[in-house]
Amino acid sequence: MSDSNASFKLVHEDDQHTVLMLSGAWVQGSQVQDFAALSKELHAGAHTALLVDGTALDEWDSTLMAFMLQCYNYCSEEGIDFDTRALPAGAQKLLTLATAVAPHKQTESPQEHWLAALSPSRLAGQAGDVIMESLAFTGAVTIAMGRLVTGKSNTRFEDFRHFCYQAGPSALGIISLTSVLVGMILAYLGAVQLQQFGAEVYVANLVTIGVLREMGVLMTAVVMAGRTGAAYAAQLGTMQTNEEIDAITTLGISPIEFLVIPRMLALVVAMPLLTLYADILGIVGGGIVAGGMGISPLQYISQTEQALAVHHLAVGLIKSVVFAVLIAVAGCRAGINAGRSSAAVGQAATEAVVTAVVYLIVADAGLNILFQAIKF
Amino acid sequence: MPPPASQAHISVRDLTMAYGDFVIQRELTFDIARGEIFVIMGGSGCGKSTLLRHMLGLLAPAAGDIYYSGHSFSGASAEEQETMRRRWGISYQTGGMFSAMTLAENVALPLQLYTSYNTAEIADVVAYKLALVGLGGYQEYYPAEISGGMLKRAALARAIALDPEILFFDEPSAGLDPISSRLLDDLIMELQQSTGATVVMVTHELASIFAIATNAVYLDANSRTMIDYGNPVDLRDHSKQAVVRQFLTRGESTDTNSEQSQRQGHE
Repeated sequence: MSDSNASFKLVHEDDQHTVLMLSGAWVQGSQVQDFAALSKELHAGAHTALLVDGTALDEWDSTLMAFMLQCYNYCSEEGIDFDTRALPAGAQKLLTLATAVAPHKQTESPQEHWLAALSPSRLAGQAGDVIMESLAFTGAVTIAMGRLVTGKSNTRFEDFRHFCYQAGPSALGIISLTSVLVGMILAYLGAVQLQQFGAEVYVANLVTIGVLREMGVLMTAVVMAGRTGAAYAAQLGTMQTNEEIDAITTLGISPIEFLVIPRMLALVVAMPLLTLYADILGIVGGGIVAGGMGISPLQYISQTEQALAVHHLAVGLIKSVVFAVLIAVAGCRAGINAGRSSAAVGQAATEAVVTAVVYLIVADAGLNILFQAIKF
Repeated sequence: MPPPASQAHISVRDLTMAYGDFVIQRELTFDIARGEIFVIMGGSGCGKSTLLRHMLGLLAPAAGDIYYSGHSFSGASAEEQETMRRRWGISYQTGGMFSAMTLAENVALPLQLYTSYNTAEIADVVAYKLALVGLGGYQEYYPAEISGGMLKRAALARAIALDPEILFFDEPSAGLDPISSRLLDDLIMELQQSTGATVVMVTHELASIFAIATNAVYLDANSRTMIDYGNPVDLRDHSKQAVVRQFLTRGESTDTNSEQSQRQGHE
């Protein structure tokens, strides 16, 4: 790298002809004057021809070429004749190459404020789109289920066992951890309040009813949304990117029957079983805390027995089936409608989890109101 | 092992490539002179791309070495390899453009990492590099928004961002229509001529091979080694290996092609 700096000078030969004298080393790291300085100078005088003289150039690289390209673009805009004869041969060739294709004029999309993405009407529109898409997707799934029941479906059941394993046994570890902890949290929460009335023993009832009806199934669903729902979205999104979904469609197979139904059924089978497992561990977790509060295991078990009723268990299991369908719909819909780039697959996975969690909470609230109304 | 020739830009010496016990190619020895457009050719599955990945240092040789300007690559420390790599530009088979970044950000990334340009200068250089490959004005587009041919050219723009001494191409014209593929060849050739860079490319597009390659090596899948080396037109007409002649004539060459090659020789 030379220590001399890159510089240029405008020399007016006569009224119309101007020479741009370049000197020094036009390489990365050398001090180059801004093009704006030159354009101002050029603008001041009326020029019709500009000759670039590069004979005093030391060494040059893309720094010079970037500058030359700006000069060329400026001159062609202003109708100035741009003459590069006196540039080094390599630079002339590169400039010819760079100017062979006219720059693409981007259709100006109006710049919008960064807060515009938060405008309520737009957010509502987006939410509306997601809901409409989900409804359409649910409709398609329902039709596919109908075809499955009537035996006309092209569902591949070789995959089904694999999905069941993914959604069931391989989730046991994480479900064990969360459900024991949730049982303990519920017990703590209840025990602190019940102690004030000397009714600690009712912690068992609180934990049993709370876990069976609500927390066991909800926590399982949230874990499965993050685990399996996101996995479905990523799998189907990647298939979309690889044109696998196109291949399935053009083979005359509905991607919903072929890809979505086995995944959904696997979740519908696995979720109630996982919920049952989570319920048991949740009650055990509550028992651990109750033991720490001076309630004997025997007391805890007998209280639990009293609180245990088939309808509480049924509420949890009914919810688990509904949640399984919602998680599968959210995951598969995000995956199938994903764009065709690696970024889109990530977006689909995020969307799958977010929509699934929202669906879960809304559906849970709705179901609770329903069960309350029918006194179940 | 013969020492690398002093004038060679890249020297491959006794290179054996293997995945575990499975040998892909053995005892490859050839030189690539400065300023050449060098083609690695061979049938599908012969290890062309594997050889390229070895040259790029993405895979380590099972035996032998590759020298750049006389310096061993596998013998160099990680930092020295990094310094050597900085003088290379690489264009991957499917482009390898970062899909979450615009074209401008893609091309700007190596400039931000390895040069002292400031933000305004980077924008100017990016505009120039994109203009060079005929994509001036496409700065704010994402890779997903442009066509396959444009994507290849965008990848080339990123490859030449740092004014490399060596340009590597993996199947540059794969998946392009004949016109786009021709334009890309012309672009590679013109860039080579005006920058003096050495070009190494893996391809089996005969049209490109004859149009731009100055030298080539043929890797044979059966004998698992290189069976011929030289100018592709020469090889097509005079190679002693029937396989190479067949490859370069799309299998239309017969063993009695001496008449044809004589005619070609007189032209």
